[in-house]
Amino acid sequence: MRVYMDHGATTAVDPEVKKVMMRFFSDEFGNASQMYEYGRNAAMAVQEARERVAKLIGAEQDREIVFNSGGTEGDNTALKGILLGKKNKKKHMITSVIEHPAILRTAEFLETQGIRVTYLPVDNFGLISLEDLKKEISSETALVSIMHANNEIGTIEPIKEIGEIAHDAGALFHTDAVQTVGKIPVDVKKLNIDLLSLSSHKFYGPKGVGALYKRQGIRFEPLMHGGGHEKGYRSGTENVSGIVGLGKAAEIAQKVLLKEKEKLTKMRDRIIDNMLKVEDTILNGHRTKRLPHNANISFKYVEGEALILRLDAIGIYGSTGSACSTKKLEASHVLLAIGLRHEVAHGSLRLTLGRWNTDKEVDYVIKEVPRVINELREMSAFRKETEEYVMSLKDEHDDDHFET
Amino acid sequence: MLYSKKVMEHFTKPKNVGVIEDPDGKGIVGNPKCGDTMEITIKVKDDKIDDIKFRTFGCASAIATSSVTTVMAMGKSLDDAMKMTRNDVAQELDGLPPHKMHCSNLAVDALHKAIENYRENKKE
Ligand SMILES: Cc1ncc(COP(=O)(O)O)c(C=O)c1O
Repeated sequence: MRVYMDHGATTAVDPEVKKVMMRFFSDEFGNASQMYEYGRNAAMAVQEARERVAKLIGAEQDREIVFNSGGTEGDNTALKGILLGKKNKKKHMITSVIEHPAILRTAEFLETQGIRVTYLPVDNFGLISLEDLKKEISSETALVSIMHANNEIGTIEPIKEIGEIAHDAGALFHTDAVQTVGKIPVDVKKLNIDLLSLSSHKFYGPKGVGALYKRQGIRFEPLMHGGGHEKGYRSGTENVSGIVGLGKAAEIAQKVLLKEKEKLTKMRDRIIDNMLKVEDTILNGHRTKRLPHNANISFKYVEGEALILRLDAIGIYGSTGSACSTKKLEASHVLLAIGLRHEVAHGSLRLTLGRWNTDKEVDYVIKEVPRVINELREMSAFRKETEEYVMSLKDEHDDDHFET
Repeated sequence: MLYSKKVMEHFTKPKNVGVIEDPDGKGIVGNPKCGDTMEITIKVKDDKIDDIKFRTFGCASAIATSSVTTVMAMGKSLDDAMKMTRNDVAQELDGLPPHKMHCSNLAVDALHKAIENYRENKKE
């Protein structure tokens, strides 16, 4: 059996999406800026996609949608475009410590450009505190950027309230909704959102395409200067096939979202409940304020990379926040931010469900994961009986990558 | 990131897993905070390693290096085993990714500790 449960990383393109995209490679290949038929057809297809995306997120006008290359670009554009805008006089922004690197690395860059950045902490569930936000925000704050839901632990932030607090202080509110759009209802009006990043490949569209929602009237400095595409907010000949794919994915999501959410929530809970039956195991993230497709569990006395590769060998594909799984050998900043100790962060397993997962696959996972955990624990030198002793051992590593 | 075939073999089917009850020597190195902890227990006969077992907490390369270390050390004289290096282990596995050369390759250190532990026990 082969069970793909890493939909938080990326999803397969829906066959229907693929079908509508195909026309725009060699047949309707025109440049959407041209007036002749090929160009007009491309422009019309892009326009239709714009309407579909606008509708999915409750945008009032389709011109509020700026197509781009995905979530990373949306995050970069929102932060740099607002804070480094020619007319911007406010030199402060607020974000959180659990954001995606697309936000965190951009914020760090802004700090080198004279911007002050406040990184809000989170509690053990991964939730920011509205009180903290109220304390930090001021008339100097240009932008608040808090993710809608976290990609690792699935925690859904109270963004409606965050938007309200931002607006009361005269700041704009951006949200990285890469993990939520197409998965749970997102309505930019109801949620007080001024700017929103979304990415096609997280909800069964193609990779390398996405959109930045920008409430009408908001102006920002584009990342890409050039021929003035996307009303000047993102120059470059449109990725027509990609945009058409994103539009189709949005249309499908709109139709199936509520049903899918319900189905995945049931599967997720079955996975979580069964994993928690395994000894010395904790759930990462919030039990209910949680993405419908995300289960993230830490198994103590097990290291995540070994776990992922053992599961790979039996056809289960998931991911981990273990330091050992990364080139930099750093544990997930999100797991550390919610208070996990390093050795517990090592044993994390993220399973993210998607459109084509079945109950049978869930059965397989529920049966096999505890068995593999048991196998790895059997051969582990770090175990309950030895815990006190091994935790007292000196770190004998030569390299200095690790800091306590 | 890709591991060599040999690493994957030793990772999926590790040799000499477990602990020797009442061992002649025992060595533990590493710290779970950093990801890897290795424990090696040995039985010694005629100044040679007569039996060796390992337990490891860590990634695929940590498990593979532990496994191959036990295979390499089995039957060796204690002096020869003391001469084994991390490089020897990595070479036996057809190499390790550069960032895995240190923290996931501590099994020889655990082996050396086990031998030192045996020699100290003998003195007493
Ligand atoms: C929360 C979040 N933000 C941003 C991104 C980046 O999106 P993209 O891959 O489209 O650049 C991702 C995807 O990895 C994500 O999960």
